[in-house]
Amino acid sequence: MRDVAIIGIGKTAFGAFADRDLRSLAVEAGRACLANANVSPSKVEAFYLGNFAGPSFVGQNHLAPYIAGAMGIEHVPCTRFEAACASSGSAFFHAVSSVASGMNDLVLVSGVEKMTSQTTPKVTEILAGAGDMMGEGRAGATFPALFAMIARRHMHQYGTTREQLAAVAVKNHANGAKNPQAHMRKVITMEQALNGKPIADPLTVYDCSLVSDGAAAVLICPLERAHEYTSKPIVVKGIAQTSDHVALDEKDDITTFRAVKEAAQKAYKMAGVTAADIQFAELHDCFTIAEIVATEDLGFVEKGSGGAYVLEGKTCLHGERPINTSGGLKAKGHPVGATGVGQLCDLVLQLRGEAGERQVARHELGLAQNLGGSGATAVVTILGVA
Amino acid sequence: MKGVIYTETVVYAPPEQFAADAPYQLAIVTLEDGKRLTARVLGERVAIGDAVEMAETRNHIPFFQKK
Repeated sequence: MRDVAIIGIGKTAFGAFADRDLRSLAVEAGRACLANANVSPSKVEAFYLGNFAGPSFVGQNHLAPYIAGAMGIEHVPCTRFEAACASSGSAFFHAVSSVASGMNDLVLVSGVEKMTSQTTPKVTEILAGAGDMMGEGRAGATFPALFAMIARRHMHQYGTTREQLAAVAVKNHANGAKNPQAHMRKVITMEQALNGKPIADPLTVYDCSLVSDGAAAVLICPLERAHEYTSKPIVVKGIAQTSDHVALDEKDDITTFRAVKEAAQKAYKMAGVTAADIQFAELHDCFTIAEIVATEDLGFVEKGSGGAYVLEGKTCLHGERPINTSGGLKAKGHPVGATGVGQLCDLVLQLRGEAGERQVARHELGLAQNLGGSGATAVVTILGVA
Repeated sequence: MKGVIYTETVVYAPPEQFAADAPYQLAIVTLEDGKRLTARVLGERVAIGDAVEMAETRNHIPFFQKK
């Protein structure tokens, strides 16, 4: 297997853009990415696209060649990957596999979602389709409701508090305020976070990520060719995708994501590192409880102590292990299909030392964790400097 | 069918098709055979550990209530 490097990144801002369509967002991110590596579209050998629900949100199918053609990428395989909120994490996993195997050299991986043209109840309904529509969905479970039930159980088993959940939101908003591409650049107080409008008890509006439009892209090639395109190649040190049951009620213990634990162990093994070596991370905080559970499943802290970890400030921008310096899904925004690749763009910025006001002190090894649904798909990626 | 509440929530922001029902309580019930089921709660609000029994089924949705 060949080592794989990220040689270019490109992202749109995340936000609510009434005047932008899905394709124009994806094209903007893809072109920015190719320009970042100084590669012309005609050199791209394959296009991997992550998108959750373009057909439902905007009524467009056959998205990969639709977007690739508009960028000038033609005559090559163009494929859409759907794995709920892990769609582009999954696209990246498969793209890396194709380069590592020797099948392709230059592969563009992108993620896009256009969500804000629908009403909130309609968005809620479309997102619920990432769950089991014959069971939990039919009973009226929304995604906030599923994560609220995870939070309730975590509070019951480990004594996790509302204040600890709110600490995730306060931290991520503080980071997002420093990110010029974030959807919500607004600092919030603990008092605000604790007194938000209820969405699904115990979660309030401040515990939920944002409904956003946006796109992100990365360009990859074999590490041995990376110097042709960049002086700062970023290496994929470890990567794994795993799966679990789609329905929450089929999982033995809902306070942990088995797929995340398994993907993390595989990725650590591939990279030859342990959890303790990870200096900073972008975690899938679709809801505040999800970041707390992720810190436990990744082995950053012991099971049940993720709440204390964030409340004590260990994961803030200048803490011992900064988490979601981009603002996370909470403040940066969560255009679901773009999120996985968006996380990778943010890791690369940190690893290159280009994160500006958000730059962390130690930036040689970072991790991204992308979650689909209530844990049925997990992708864990470890990136490092070459 | 009888069981115990494994976890629960009250939904204030429903999907479009359940707009008229909100707010409603949703729960995962651990049944006597150990299997779990996602259900709606009828009547009094329930908490983790409460004993419940099935009251009725509406449009394939099981409704449980406190015993």
